[in-house]
Amino acid sequence: MSKPVGNCSNCGAPITFQFSSAVQTTCPYCRSILVRHDVNLEKVGEVADLPPEVSPIQLRTDGVYKNQPFEVAGRIIYQYEQGYWNEWHCVTNTGRSLWLSDAMAQYAVTGQATPPSRLPEPASLRPGQLFQWNGLQYQVTTLTEAQYLGVEGELPFEYWDKSKVMFADLRTGTNQFGTIDYSEDPPLLFLGEYVEFDSLRLKNLREFEGW
Amino acid sequence: MSTAPKPNPTVRSLACPNCGGIVEIRGMGRTLTVVCVQCLTILDATTPSLQVIQQFQSKERYRPLIPLGTRGKMRGDPYEAIGFQVREMTADGLPYTWAEYVLFNPFKGFRYLTEYNGHWNDTAALQSVPTSGRSIRGRPTMGLLGETYQHFQNYCAKTIYVMGEFPWQVRVGESAECDDYISPPRMLSSEKLENEVTWSLGEYTPGAAIWKNFGLQGSPPAPMGIFANQPSPHTGAIGKAWARFAFWLLVLLAVQLFFAVFHSNKTVFSQKYSFTHQSRAQTENSFVTEVFDVQGRTSNVEVDLSTDLDNNWAYFNLALINADSGQAYDFSRQVSYYHGRDSDGNWSEGRARASVVLSAIAPGRYYVRVEPEMEAQGTALNAVRYQVRVTRDVTTWAFFLIGALVLLIPPVFVTIRTGAFEGRRWAESDYGGSSSKGDDE
Repeated sequence: MSKPVGNCSNCGAPITFQFSSAVQTTCPYCRSILVRHDVNLEKVGEVADLPPEVSPIQLRTDGVYKNQPFEVAGRIIYQYEQGYWNEWHCVTNTGRSLWLSDAMAQYAVTGQATPPSRLPEPASLRPGQLFQWNGLQYQVTTLTEAQYLGVEGELPFEYWDKSKVMFADLRTGTNQFGTIDYSEDPPLLFLGEYVEFDSLRLKNLREFEGW
Repeated sequence: MSTAPKPNPTVRSLACPNCGGIVEIRGMGRTLTVVCVQCLTILDATTPSLQVIQQFQSKERYRPLIPLGTRGKMRGDPYEAIGFQVREMTADGLPYTWAEYVLFNPFKGFRYLTEYNGHWNDTAALQSVPTSGRSIRGRPTMGLLGETYQHFQNYCAKTIYVMGEFPWQVRVGESAECDDYISPPRMLSSEKLENEVTWSLGEYTPGAAIWKNFGLQGSPPAPMGIFANQPSPHTGAIGKAWARFAFWLLVLLAVQLFFAVFHSNKTVFSQKYSFTHQSRAQTENSFVTEVFDVQGRTSNVEVDLSTDLDNNWAYFNLALINADSGQAYDFSRQVSYYHGRDSDGNWSEGRARASVVLSAIAPGRYYVRVEPEMEAQGTALNAVRYQVRVTRDVTTWAFFLIGALVLLIPPVFVTIRTGAFEGRRWAESDYGGSSSKGDDE
């Protein structure tokens, strides 16, 4: 794994990229959001105070998903009407990006997928709507308008825009799960499954006092 | 070098902006609303100063049976009771209230315990969507992971009292439309709030288990009545009783067939006769057959009469008589066979045959005395042709049938008892007949 080194364009601190696929990171000293352009690091923003949302997962937490070891490289925190949720950016030992979401301690692992059919416009989406993908029936269960609230660590794309984004959650009759992310055009599709916390065999978790 | 270590999340103690009392937040950053236990003010836990959201009045101060802050093991993990709400539904114009406890583990998230009249359910949010269907009786069902849940009731759940912490924005007075589907001991519930439907899956849990897991003082309140997804104490008993029945029936059948092999089943006499009714009977109708040998050990003898009666009847007085000792076994049979066709279609009654099994007949020489009787039919002659056949050592099914009936008692009893339990369960549902609340909702 290559570890390109640069300096924070804001405070000059040394910046290490753990993952070659990462495009963006945050400076651990001055909390600048840095985007990689060849060898230069451009400051594109600054991380505000992270919300009180608490996930047991943190940067450098590692675990195993489907027999593949992974490490947590970064995260995006979203805020919506009913709280917050985390999308932890995980990089597997083969360099693949996975997303481990923690929404009120309900955990799901997803990966970006090619939409098997054209994804509908957000305005035409309705809860209850059904999609047949890969032999499974996905049902739109919730439409959430969320806002970027903060980032941490390394991400596989630039993400620091603060405009509201529409998300559609899709559920199935089993633990299979999907999300349509309307932050880009055409929208992105993430498919995966809900997982039991223990099944990920996570290590280097945060500690909770008294637990 | 690396990211500055963040302080470990811990329980936060803040002052209630309304009464100044201490508000503890145990749900770490997951708590969205917290209710001051002293003054019952609902506060926004996501704001540093605990902004007041709502203040509510309650006629009654409900006390949680599991004190907030108590930890207990649920499915192998420790959970802390951090929130408590009382909800209410109306049925037949009467309010029914139940309690819901919010349980929290910083790694595993939230579980819920619900309690109604001493009946407890261990519940968690469902991540999959059930598939709706219809039962044979046309009632709504939900399918989940190969299991079918029967619709039990539809109701409106109104929050009337809250205490402690909630991972959602709780409000007193807020109502949700709920539907319960059961497959005891599990219950699938949907809760509809505005546009969003959330599903949860509960499992009936004995109060004693909760008392033990949470180390609570005293004993849990005794459950009253039968709850929707309470497992029947007879579950499995029906299947077991019928399986036992089937087993012993097979044993009985094997014994029966085993002995059937040793029955000689030998025809020792067979002869055809005819009889014509005389309007003025001068002659004696009775006669005796020739003597025949009945051999072997003391065993039964079957006397069989087959006739050509057709929409007619005859009466036979019979006796099997030992030719040497004169000992007689008297018996009689009425043979009648009628058939025809009416508005309901073809019908028939009786049969043109009859037989008698005489038990414990010693070997020897025997004959049969036969005395047929028939009714006059105007001027027409009334006649019957018939055959008398005597068979030694036949297989009889009487003991088998009696045995089978005796074996039938326990499974039938268990089935009735189970049916009664299910009847009481469903009496509380939307489908509980005239006295239930089903018609009003």
